[in-house]
Amino acid sequence: METNEYIDSGILELYVYGLLNEDENREIDELAKSNAQVEKEIVEIENAVLQLSSSFSPFLSPENFLKIKERIGLRHGVIPIQRKSSISWLGWAAAVILLLGGGYSFMEWQSAEDRAVVMESDKNKLQETVVDMEIRNKQTETVLGVMRDPANKMVALAGQAASPTSAAKVFYNQKSGAVYVDASGLPEPPKGMVYQVWALKMNPLTPTSIGLMDNFNTDKLRMFAMDAASGAEGFGITLEPAGGSKSPTMEQLYTLGLVNS
Amino acid sequence: MTQDQLIVLINNKDEKAFTHIYNMYSKSLFSVISNLIRDTEEAEDVLQESFVKIWKNIHTYDTGKGRFYTWILNIARNSAIDKLRSKGYGNSKKNLDAENFVSLIEEPNKLNYKIDAIGLREFVNKLKPKCVQLINLLFFQGYTQQEASDELEIPLGTVKTQNRSCINDLRKFLKV
Repeated sequence: METNEYIDSGILELYVYGLLNEDENREIDELAKSNAQVEKEIVEIENAVLQLSSSFSPFLSPENFLKIKERIGLRHGVIPIQRKSSISWLGWAAAVILLLGGGYSFMEWQSAEDRAVVMESDKNKLQETVVDMEIRNKQTETVLGVMRDPANKMVALAGQAASPTSAAKVFYNQKSGAVYVDASGLPEPPKGMVYQVWALKMNPLTPTSIGLMDNFNTDKLRMFAMDAASGAEGFGITLEPAGGSKSPTMEQLYTLGLVNS
Repeated sequence: MTQDQLIVLINNKDEKAFTHIYNMYSKSLFSVISNLIRDTEEAEDVLQESFVKIWKNIHTYDTGKGRFYTWILNIARNSAIDKLRSKGYGNSKKNLDAENFVSLIEEPNKLNYKIDAIGLREFVNKLKPKCVQLINLLFFQGYTQQEASDELEIPLGTVKTQNRSCINDLRKFLKV
């Protein structure tokens, strides 16, 4: 009871927000270590505000990740140079050659510097490509995971009057409600239009929007994670004006399928 | 990952640790910063600065200072507020609150994630306006209870509990 009162006072929210003083912070940290209920509450509050704020984040370019890594000295492929004294005579030989070659080197220096600039920019491009590929790789892994997961039921959506040749597959986890759509069988939407996915309940027919496939043209895998749908009996995809619609435009129903068919 | 596991990972101070922290928290911190600083480039600068600070000072963190997330949230929020002050926005927090976090989604070209803008709007509609204001001031902008009480003209004693009931609404919504 005492714990409940403490939790209900709202102090744990302020703790997560970072609005308490040092003593209060320490006190709550101690309490959380001995009281599982308090600990659980803190974790849940944290998750809630973390999710809330993350959802409102504007687009964050991957460049930021690279720039920070560079600034804190975490970079790919930096190999420390090793020095070995046993071959130090090589150094002397190198010095002699360097002396002889000095004049030539000086002339070469200018163009080497130019090349270095080019190489630096090539390197940056390469780094971007690597990050790009890492992201894509992760996406592919996710897609494979979804397709292989035995908890996911595959629902085939067949083409409808608006687009008889279209097809899509929904991977639906009936327990968690997670929905993924493989939209590789849909044509690219015309400009200013977007595909919207609907979870359907029959009797009476009730469509609920589970999201838009906003980045259809940029997402090459065409696999989209939608909002969770509990107890869906079918899925439909319609073409809607950008931003989506409150209810589906039935004339633009592209594909439709039932979970138990 | 629990916080204890996270801290073990962080103390390695390697690339994996950094990538993990970044993936987990960058969007959250960026929305907090962007809510205070609407210029994208400046907000990105502050985000980068914040992560550099986090990384450099990570050895000074211990759980007695609060949650790890809280610790980095404070760093990001303070960096953004410092930036505003250095730009001559004055010392008062009062002039920071012309907009709230909800308006972040009203800039459509900025919203680039897979989030369903409709779902988000629906959600905001469900959240009481007072809750949007409270969460905006306390969480996003780091107002004290007293400052929030003055700003919203609600009794000081109820700031904490009203905010608690808002977070409860939020948790209910996020779980469904």
